[in-house]
Amino acid sequence: MDVAIPASSDFNWILPEIMLTAWALLFLLIGGLTRRASTSKACGIMCFIGTLITIFYTLRLWGANLDIFNGLYTIDDYGTFFKLIFLIVLALVTLVSLRYADREEIGSGEYYALLMFGVLGMMVMTSSHHFISIFIGLEVMSLSIYVLCGLLKGNIRSVEASLKYFLLGAFATAFLLYGMAMIYGSTGIIDVVELKKFILAKQPFSATMFVIGIGFLIVGFGFKIASVPFHMWTPDVYQGAPTSITAYMATGVKAAAFGALIRVFYTALIPFLPGWSEIVWFIAVITMCVGNITALAQRDIKRMLAYSSIAHAGYILIAFTTGDRELASSMLYYLMVYSFMNIGAFTVVIMLGRKGEDNSDLDSYAGLGARHPFIALCMSIFLLSLAGIPPLAGFIGKFYVLSAAVKAQYYWLAVIGVLNSVVAAFYYLRVMMYMYFKESAGDQGTIDKAPQYGLVMLVCVWALLHMGIFPKTFLLIAQKAISIFG
Amino acid sequence: MLPDIPQNLYYLLGAVLFTIGAVGVITRRNAIIIFMCIELMLNAVNLTFIASGKFLNSLDGTIFVIFIMAVAAAEAAVGLAIFVLIFRSKGTINVDDINLLKG
Repeated sequence: MDVAIPASSDFNWILPEIMLTAWALLFLLIGGLTRRASTSKACGIMCFIGTLITIFYTLRLWGANLDIFNGLYTIDDYGTFFKLIFLIVLALVTLVSLRYADREEIGSGEYYALLMFGVLGMMVMTSSHHFISIFIGLEVMSLSIYVLCGLLKGNIRSVEASLKYFLLGAFATAFLLYGMAMIYGSTGIIDVVELKKFILAKQPFSATMFVIGIGFLIVGFGFKIASVPFHMWTPDVYQGAPTSITAYMATGVKAAAFGALIRVFYTALIPFLPGWSEIVWFIAVITMCVGNITALAQRDIKRMLAYSSIAHAGYILIAFTTGDRELASSMLYYLMVYSFMNIGAFTVVIMLGRKGEDNSDLDSYAGLGARHPFIALCMSIFLLSLAGIPPLAGFIGKFYVLSAAVKAQYYWLAVIGVLNSVVAAFYYLRVMMYMYFKESAGDQGTIDKAPQYGLVMLVCVWALLHMGIFPKTFLLIAQKAISIFG
Repeated sequence: MLPDIPQNLYYLLGAVLFTIGAVGVITRRNAIIIFMCIELMLNAVNLTFIASGKFLNSLDGTIFVIFIMAVAAAEAAVGLAIFVLIFRSKGTINVDDINLLKG
């Protein structure tokens, strides 16, 4: 067995990852040395600047397609697309955290370090077709987020969320690994691309162990993308975690899990499409239905958004079910749009909260339209986009996902998807109804109108309008990213 | 080296260990025991990897096992820290009593 030393030029290609690691280590060091409020604020600002620099270097990777480190890591448009999503999420969450983490007194150096390590894990996870790298990326991401969830040490709900996420996350990881072990046991391969070659050469290949392995992979990824019936942790964790981390989880983690899922299934397991697409069809339908119907009963906005995020995973799974690589670009577009609307909505939730309490009950939104018209307007745009109302980007995303199902002749799936978005409109519009047509009960206190929040909301509103009215550029980017599977 | 134990028995042992672990996670109520069950599941995975690696004459599985063990150690560190936090604020690590979030 020959051992190949990676070329030193390989390191140029992982510059964004190296930069994130370096920044994160620096913040850890600062956090360990001093705990003054001013330094943690400086960490936040440095984290934001560092993210922007990393985005700049990641943009330069666009168009490059190559394997590095002997196939352990891959630079391609698909991975770069996801890296950019994660980094944008990181930048927005950092901006929000500048204020929020201060308020909740969690914004020490390690808070930003963990945010960056989390994004590092996501980046590794989506830009590799080697099972070991995917696993390591997944774990780097998950371990960071287990800790981030429990950062409000005095708040029992936050610690409880952390415990639940930890136990169920580790449980899911075991399933994912067992799936990988079974695929390895039946083929001797732990690289997705080689797996594809192996399967195509041995057509029809259907070792029992291999098929069970695919099932375990679906379970493992199903946990991470929060699809029913593996969704039990989602509402509890989203509700209990610090709200900035909820925004981070709902967007970054979900996008990362989808990124790895799409890569594994669309590269290697396409020959088995008829088998797994039936299972995923079923999962997509129950994910949408359970997510939306349970969301109807929620009075806590954070919990409602958690169920809505489950439902949105279902919409994305609609396009995933088709297994058509042309149509898969709709998933990427949807994930991009979804990140902006969720971060926007959670920013409003953060603004309405006060130290130690989220204040996320539906009643605290009553009369918001009269008290704070601008915030209410932004929230309305996010909610309308989540509901899929034109001309906002959420509509275009849903339209492409559903038309993908129609093009692939999954008519029933499309019909169920449309019916579900009707149900979903009800609970999104109910929040708007509270904001505009209900009198606020009693004194609601003041709202912290820091410019950071305003900036994040404006960026999200702009992104939703721009991507909704001129979706073509973004769709072309998504198509280029997905074309590596062609 | 290993005597002639058929390949399938290794996989069977892995599957049995994995099932014991999974059932334990679902039925046990003490967070630490749940975590031990998860570790058992990971070790079942390790066993499957090593056995496959031996029978397929490939090193990939063995390398994967080393990564899994390293990650499991990191997971234990984070997990136990979370258990300590829970115990400090609630005085118990019984998962049935940790039920503030629901609905």
